[in-house]
Amino acid sequence: MTYAPMLMVFAFAALVAGALLFLPKLAAPRRLTPVKAEPFECGKDPMEISEGRFAIKFSTVAIFFILIDIELLFVWPWAMLYRRLGWFGFAEMLVFLGILMLGFFYIWRKGGLEWE
Amino acid sequence: MSPVVPPPAVALGVLLPVLVVLAAAAVVLVLDVLPPRDSKAHLGGVALAGIIGALLAIVMRWGTDARAFRDMVLLDTYALYFDLVICYAAALIVMFSMDYLGRTGSESGEYYSLLLFSTAGMMLMASAGDLIVVFLALELMSLSLYVLAGFFKQRLTSGEASMKYFLLGAFASSFLLYGIALIYGATGSTNLDRIAAAAATRNAEPMVLIGLAMMLVGFGFKISSVPFHMWAPDVYEGAPTSVTAFIATGSKAAAFAAMIRVLVVALRGAQPDWSALLWALAALTMTVGNVVALAQSNLKRLLAYSSIAHVGYMLMGLVAGGGPGPGAVLFYLLAYTFTTVGAFGAIALCARAGEEAVEVSDYAGLARRHPVLAATLALFFLSLIGIPPLAGFVAKFYLFGAAVRAGYIWLTVIAVLNSAVAAYYYLRVIVYMYMREPDGEPVAVAPSLAGGLALTLAVAGIVILGLMPAPFADLAQVAVAPLLR
Amino acid sequence: MSTVWLIPAFPLAGALTNIFFGRSTGHRAHWIAVPALGASFLFACAVAARVWSGAPFTTTLGAWIVAGDFETGITAYVDNLSAVMLLVVTGVGFLIHLYSVGYMHGDPGYARFFAYLNLFVFSMTMLVLAGNFLLLYVFWEAVGLCSYLLIGFWYTRDSAANAGKKAFIVNRVGDFGFGLGVMWLWTELGTLDYAAVFKGAATLSPATATGIALLLFMGACGKSAQLPLHTWLPDAMEGPTPVSALIHAATMVTAGVYMVARSHALFERSGSALEVVAWVGTATAVFAATIGLVQTDIKRVLAYSTISQLGYMFAAVGVGAYVAGIFHLVTHAFFKALLFLGAGSVIHGLHGEQDLRKMGGLASKMPITATTMWIGGLGLAGAPLLAGFFSKDEILGAALGTEHLGIFTLLLAGAFMTAFYTFRLLFLAFSGAPRMPRDVLQQAHESPWVMTGPLLMLSVLTVVAGFALGLPLDGSRFAHLLASVFHPHEGEHASVVVLLSLVVFGAGGLLAFYMYRQSAVKPEAIGQPRTWVHALLLNAWYVDWIYDRLIVQPIYVLSVALAQVFDVGVIDGIVNGLGRAVSAWGAGLRRLQTGYVVNYALTMLAGAVVVVAFFLAR
Repeated sequence: MTYAPMLMVFAFAALVAGALLFLPKLAAPRRLTPVKAEPFECGKDPMEISEGRFAIKFSTVAIFFILIDIELLFVWPWAMLYRRLGWFGFAEMLVFLGILMLGFFYIWRKGGLEWE
Repeated sequence: MSPVVPPPAVALGVLLPVLVVLAAAAVVLVLDVLPPRDSKAHLGGVALAGIIGALLAIVMRWGTDARAFRDMVLLDTYALYFDLVICYAAALIVMFSMDYLGRTGSESGEYYSLLLFSTAGMMLMASAGDLIVVFLALELMSLSLYVLAGFFKQRLTSGEASMKYFLLGAFASSFLLYGIALIYGATGSTNLDRIAAAAATRNAEPMVLIGLAMMLVGFGFKISSVPFHMWAPDVYEGAPTSVTAFIATGSKAAAFAAMIRVLVVALRGAQPDWSALLWALAALTMTVGNVVALAQSNLKRLLAYSSIAHVGYMLMGLVAGGGPGPGAVLFYLLAYTFTTVGAFGAIALCARAGEEAVEVSDYAGLARRHPVLAATLALFFLSLIGIPPLAGFVAKFYLFGAAVRAGYIWLTVIAVLNSAVAAYYYLRVIVYMYMREPDGEPVAVAPSLAGGLALTLAVAGIVILGLMPAPFADLAQVAVAPLLR
Repeated sequence: MSTVWLIPAFPLAGALTNIFFGRSTGHRAHWIAVPALGASFLFACAVAARVWSGAPFTTTLGAWIVAGDFETGITAYVDNLSAVMLLVVTGVGFLIHLYSVGYMHGDPGYARFFAYLNLFVFSMTMLVLAGNFLLLYVFWEAVGLCSYLLIGFWYTRDSAANAGKKAFIVNRVGDFGFGLGVMWLWTELGTLDYAAVFKGAATLSPATATGIALLLFMGACGKSAQLPLHTWLPDAMEGPTPVSALIHAATMVTAGVYMVARSHALFERSGSALEVVAWVGTATAVFAATIGLVQTDIKRVLAYSTISQLGYMFAAVGVGAYVAGIFHLVTHAFFKALLFLGAGSVIHGLHGEQDLRKMGGLASKMPITATTMWIGGLGLAGAPLLAGFFSKDEILGAALGTEHLGIFTLLLAGAFMTAFYTFRLLFLAFSGAPRMPRDVLQQAHESPWVMTGPLLMLSVLTVVAGFALGLPLDGSRFAHLLASVFHPHEGEHASVVVLLSLVVFGAGGLLAFYMYRQSAVKPEAIGQPRTWVHALLLNAWYVDWIYDRLIVQPIYVLSVALAQVFDVGVIDGIVNGLGRAVSAWGAGLRRLQTGYVVNYALTMLAGAVVVVAFFLAR
């Protein structure tokens, strides 16, 4: 019975979620317009997705940024301990950066860095 | 000047097979952007070489029982056996892909490197000695497969398959992760041995059981056991056929590898609980798989349901437990991999120019157009039915025998009844191939060298396993030995 | 390595040659297939001679399945029973191969035909040789597969393809029982070797033995077309006639009888299982005979007759008269193969006509076929001094001797019907005025010697076998031959049985004579249901119809219903239809949002809840 509080949390969460789902159905006035029936909300017309969007390049650049950013997280503690890690640490980091460079090379050759 | 930190023991040998595959993946990726950039035919060869290298590494390491990285990675005979199955499947699929992609003009470096990355993930799953590694390896495998499923970018169904696989897979992964978290909470460790030790001192707690349940949902999804199987037909149908073959065999073998290890090693204390549940899942899975397969008209969907049914049979072995049960599952997986890769491979080779031949009616009169291809496909189906003396029969014999000897008579009765029903839908395809006239103009199919070689290997596999099963069954028994200590 | 293995090896080699080099062997395929069978027959003779003068022996080719302490090898067990079976299979098989050279002449699948036929003989000889139940099961399946391939041989006919499929699936139902029986045996005794099993049978409890024996018998019902799994055999007549003669009359369908006789220790341990075998056999014998009375297709008459005669064999082994059962198996192989081959010769001569209503008066056109078929028919009907008379007489005598009066009466009634439908067939085909179109009549011809030769050989066997093996009436030579396998069957021979079987033979013959010979045959009246009984028989007691409604349709409906629950893709074909109209990813995403993926996820969630509840509830 030590798990009773846990079950209560579950029950409460289910209740709230259920209420949020079903209360509007009961309370809200129902005026279906074509716009409301669209699968995308926020007033954007899904049939226009092929035009007027932001360039996909931003997305790629964002992903590169995150990738490099995360790799940096590994390099940072290594740099702090560089001397204590000795040659072994140096070699390890070379291998790590080497693999990273391979990816970079791939991105570069695939044209991922070209803006136009 | 602070003292030098002693370098930790780096036991890369334990990772050797995985590393070979990963290195090959990196090489493929780099070669992809080097000249010649217009021809990609050689990349498949490089990938194949990588897998063969891994196979050599596996053979080299055979018999050693090594563990490294604080017991996170194990390379015992169990892991090596699965590595063998997975690499074998991967090698055949690379060969089929060289033919299949070459014909559809969509060969690329990404395809092969993703295939290798997911292979590495699968192998790591078999080696995992820690739940964290299980999860990481599963994600490495799955993410690669999600992309591969959508590899035919121009094809609507391919994109749909990828999207569905991804969304549902992420959903299932969250279950798995939640289960891992609960088990960690209950036992204070993610290491399989330490979980077993911690669980042994206490009675089965609800938290462990809920954790077990959540993990079973996650694994159930990957092996496509009912009721977590709904993705399988859609994904199998939409994904490129070579990728489907890999999802149906490699990812299933890997998920079974991790699942069996987790259940038999870490959660052996809860064995009465999980084996009772798996009894029900096994019966449900094989029945739903077989019965729904009866109504299918699309060959890839049909095989999807058939593979679901086979998962039901394999779960029987886990229910049976002990040494013979998991051993029979391992043997079954080997036989199933040979057969299923071969069947999908043959379907991939039948792809008509431009579009795939996936409706059962497309196979009308195949025996007339291409007798060899029809005969091999028929052999694979006969093995799936369990007609002696092919691999499927022997595998079923071991599996059903293990279940019977463990006293699960009714489960076996259900399974035998199911395999009688299953004959019908496989036979329907054979009837179409041999006993119907082709409609429309006959299409000549000539497999390339790689495709033909892969087909030959697969056929040789099911025949050898059927005629001389004893050494392989011994191998499977040796492989499960590390789990039972 | 024993020479025994050469018996199956020759046909296997022949089959492989014709499969892989079918293009080059082509119309010369019989030069490989027929000698292979001949060699096989010679070795069977050698092995039979060795066993008859010596003792049964076991020989192992190698280990096959090994699981822990359990080991099953590719083992042959040869005793007098297997020797008899080997002789029948290879001997009759050889004659039918020879006949096929003429019958299948010019067929586009000539090499394929001989390859399958050889493959069948390989599987059948292995089935007979098998020294353990697992190997028996393997070749049990293999002969089924060959039968399936050969029934569907003329696959351009839809009916042939469907008949093949039906045969395979009905047999799977029987094999389901057979497989379970073998597994149960294994769990009880830990071995599947014949010698060990039959020795260990005595240690089984009678209830267990009954269970195992009945499961095994289920397999026999499927393979030997006994009630309620008989429906595939009449349809199997879609195959070429030599196939009907070899597989669906002489050899494969008798595998069930062989299996029950071979496992008699197991069946005897149970006792009640034997009783079931006897009654199923008797019921089938009468049931099939009633249908045979009204059929109009020459091969269907023979098919129902085969089912009926197999019933006689099961009745015999059921009452414990194994020797009589096997004896009938042997004589039946001779005269039924003869009848089928004769029917094939008629069909061949009439360019494919199988309808008895369009025959008549063929005796003058094809004298050898007519004569030999009359001999075969007389053998089947139980004419005195021919093979069938002796063997049927032994079965009837055994039923009476073991005081199975009900079985005896029913079998006697069956014998009357047998005589009637046999004479009806012979009169309709060979006597009276020709009823076929004039041009067909003019082209009707006697078959070439490769076809008539085997007919003559088989008629000699039909005439001689009874004398050679069936005498003296109490304690025949055949019984002495099998005495080492079965306990000698005691009980003196009742002359009343001989008398009664002569009476029913005469009565059946005379009735047919008056109906189809004495009065003018009205072809438009035959095969037209006049009374409800007639309609019932013409439709084979509506068994197929009932199975369709009771089993096939419900399973299909269940499958579709399950598919609708579990597989959204099937119902609206979304994946192929709807999507293409709209642009790719947009449509894909839209479909995701119309709920399919959500449904899938909800199912998973529900599954997860059930799994958790299951664990917590325990």
